[in-house]
Amino acid sequence: MLKANVTVTLKKSILDPQGSAVEKALKSMKYPVESVRIGKFMEVTLAETDKAKAEEMMHEICHKLLSNPVIEDYFFELEG
Amino acid sequence: MEPKVWREMGLTDEEYLKIKKLMGREPNFLEVGIFSVMWSEHCSYKTSKPVLKKFPTEGPQVLQGPGENAGIVDIGDNLAVVFKMESHNHPSAIEPYQGAATGVGGILRDVFTMGARPAAVLDALRFGPLEEGNNKYLLSGVVGGIGGYGNSIGIPTVGGDVYFHPCYSGNPLVNAMAVGFLEHRHIAKGIASGVGNPVMVVGARTGRDGIHGATFASVELSEESESKRSAVQVGDPFMEKLLMEACLELIQADALVGIQDMGAAGLTSSSSEMAGRGNSGIEMDLSLVPRRETGMTPYEIMLSESQERMLVVPKAGREKEVEEVLTRWGLEATVVGRVTDDGMLRLLEEGKVVAEIPVKALTDEAPVYHRPSQEPAYYQEAKNISLEGFALKDSVEKVFLALLGNPTIASKEWVYRQYDHQVGTNTAVVPGSDAGVLRVRGTKKGIAMTTDCNSRYVYLDPYIGGALAVVEAAQNIACTGARPLAITDCLNFGNPEKPEIFWQFEQACAGVAEACRVLGTPVTGGNVSLYNETPGLAVFPTPMIGMVGLLDDINQVLGNQIKTGGESIYLLGELEGELAGSEYLAMFENMEAGALPELDLTKIKERIDFLLALNKAGLLTAAHDISEGGLAVALAEMTVTCGAKVSVDAKDRLRALFGERLGRIILAASQESAARIEILAAQSGMPLHYLGISCGESLTVQVNGSICLDISLNQYRPVFERAIRNIMNSGQ
Repeated sequence: MLKANVTVTLKKSILDPQGSAVEKALKSMKYPVESVRIGKFMEVTLAETDKAKAEEMMHEICHKLLSNPVIEDYFFELEG
Repeated sequence: MEPKVWREMGLTDEEYLKIKKLMGREPNFLEVGIFSVMWSEHCSYKTSKPVLKKFPTEGPQVLQGPGENAGIVDIGDNLAVVFKMESHNHPSAIEPYQGAATGVGGILRDVFTMGARPAAVLDALRFGPLEEGNNKYLLSGVVGGIGGYGNSIGIPTVGGDVYFHPCYSGNPLVNAMAVGFLEHRHIAKGIASGVGNPVMVVGARTGRDGIHGATFASVELSEESESKRSAVQVGDPFMEKLLMEACLELIQADALVGIQDMGAAGLTSSSSEMAGRGNSGIEMDLSLVPRRETGMTPYEIMLSESQERMLVVPKAGREKEVEEVLTRWGLEATVVGRVTDDGMLRLLEEGKVVAEIPVKALTDEAPVYHRPSQEPAYYQEAKNISLEGFALKDSVEKVFLALLGNPTIASKEWVYRQYDHQVGTNTAVVPGSDAGVLRVRGTKKGIAMTTDCNSRYVYLDPYIGGALAVVEAAQNIACTGARPLAITDCLNFGNPEKPEIFWQFEQACAGVAEACRVLGTPVTGGNVSLYNETPGLAVFPTPMIGMVGLLDDINQVLGNQIKTGGESIYLLGELEGELAGSEYLAMFENMEAGALPELDLTKIKERIDFLLALNKAGLLTAAHDISEGGLAVALAEMTVTCGAKVSVDAKDRLRALFGERLGRIILAASQESAARIEILAAQSGMPLHYLGISCGESLTVQVNGSICLDISLNQYRPVFERAIRNIMNSGQ
């Protein structure tokens, strides 16, 4: 079995209201932070065992469902 | 400069030559970028201007007509209503949630920029059939975005309308309207004047979002639009709430000369339009503009469409005060330049001039195109199709239920229950009625508001259809007991470079103008959205009308439902409708054809006045206009809580029950008032027909003496109420 660890983040040029709120909070707590961007992390366990096929399928899954390609980027790594 | 550069920005070669002539030299990249957005249809109205000039824009009630951020209408007591409608079609087609959300955000800014506190939002939406393609996804994204933004900022969504038609597949229409209240003395304007006055950027920081959104809005959607995706902005309603409070505070403290929202084309349009209105110039150092990202070029800063930003010109010496107010609301305010008197838009980067353009060249010298127009072939063809021999295709009951379950007609509860329509506790009539009504705090008054447009009528006959959009809005307003005051419009059309589309545009606008003239509802602003096409297919011409009306006494507000038994039901207007352009014809004959009934606006105005007079005299308990689906559907909508027994004295069952013809209104009144209503109608020569009485738990309809529909509320109500929900919840 293969496991895909997927990270989805907002594209760099897209405003991240959640990230800016956290950034403001950290700054008000006097931590020396520059900026905060918030994304999501997903674990997908696959029934597929062929690494090349799994990779292709994960791209498809990420593009079609896990990310909104209009405003988000994704990357993943396979393990196992 | 390579021709490729300006062509990619959407400028034609002739336009580039004109720019060169106006500048007296070769413009640089930044300057061409600025011209390209200011001369886009979205900002310059270069195609639509000659047509829009024909709209009536004046009236004793109008305090501010077109040309500002929003229109203003007097409602007495030193109070005024500020309202405007704008489209966000293209962004919503690409990213429905954020596209619709930022549409709401943008229209709210237009209203509070004028100094008004936004009180309500309405949304006019058009989608392709829910069974097709990604229309379901678009509907749920758009509705989610409107709710997400409006609910968070605490402004109720009180109305709007939704239609479904294949012409909107792939190119949905998302038109948002905002309504706000203000005291006359707090009216603010988007003007930059007073040499030396500071120019400040306030609100959110500038990022790379939405660069070239205005030009993007002015091209047809194609596969390529997918790669133009950076044109999508993300909204932040909490930021907007803070910005709204801060701006209203500044306006009420009289600290500003002018203020303008950075909407489409951001800093470019706000600075040049403010300077243009003030006959002044503006000088800004772009390195001072606070930004979210590093390494932004002057071009990106000028064209960014980051949301929740304003450009303000405070009175000299009060910039500290502006800063203080904004800081208190957790926002930034930065002086980026000053007002000059040389009529130039001068941009610097760290002291070095990077662009220098005469303001008037951007605002007044934009090209004006008189596009050729030509009557499309379909127009006469559709008009000449005779519908005379048509008879009912199925049993009355089957047709009745099918129409009630048609998403265009069915209850839009699935949509509006996602919106907070009560927040602020001023909502007197909630969505689902003919128009939303808000109380005006501190007075007895109420403001009614609605959006309307049946684009099938406009397609079949743009002139009559355009007028009918205004008529339907006026009827909806009047059915709440309010007197129609003024309109805003969103003119959604296809590519105007095609003569047939431009003909539709001209005709529809002429119809809108004529109806506004007769009904006494001037146009106070709006926007034009052209190029609503997906490869090869234009949307039906859709001149969306947003109307507001005034109710002198909120206690006299009317709903569209009959609440108790024993009430007399009347039809004001003709007994029979027509099949032309009707929902019945589209559903059961698969035809969109026929000549629309002749238009008599004066007659319709008289009926509206009569309705208002009856309500003023306290004689009515409910009113509802007859629109899509005809009399039977209108009766069903009125009788969802209490049934009725009615009888229509007409020859033709089909046309009496399901025919459509605007200018017809169903009235309900207590039996004590009935006699007076009949006398008043006779005195003023109104075509008033007694239909029957409300009673029981079913709707019984007789035509020409024989019962043709007898159906219990429990049978038709779920069909009407659940149609859209069922489709949205089913599979995929």
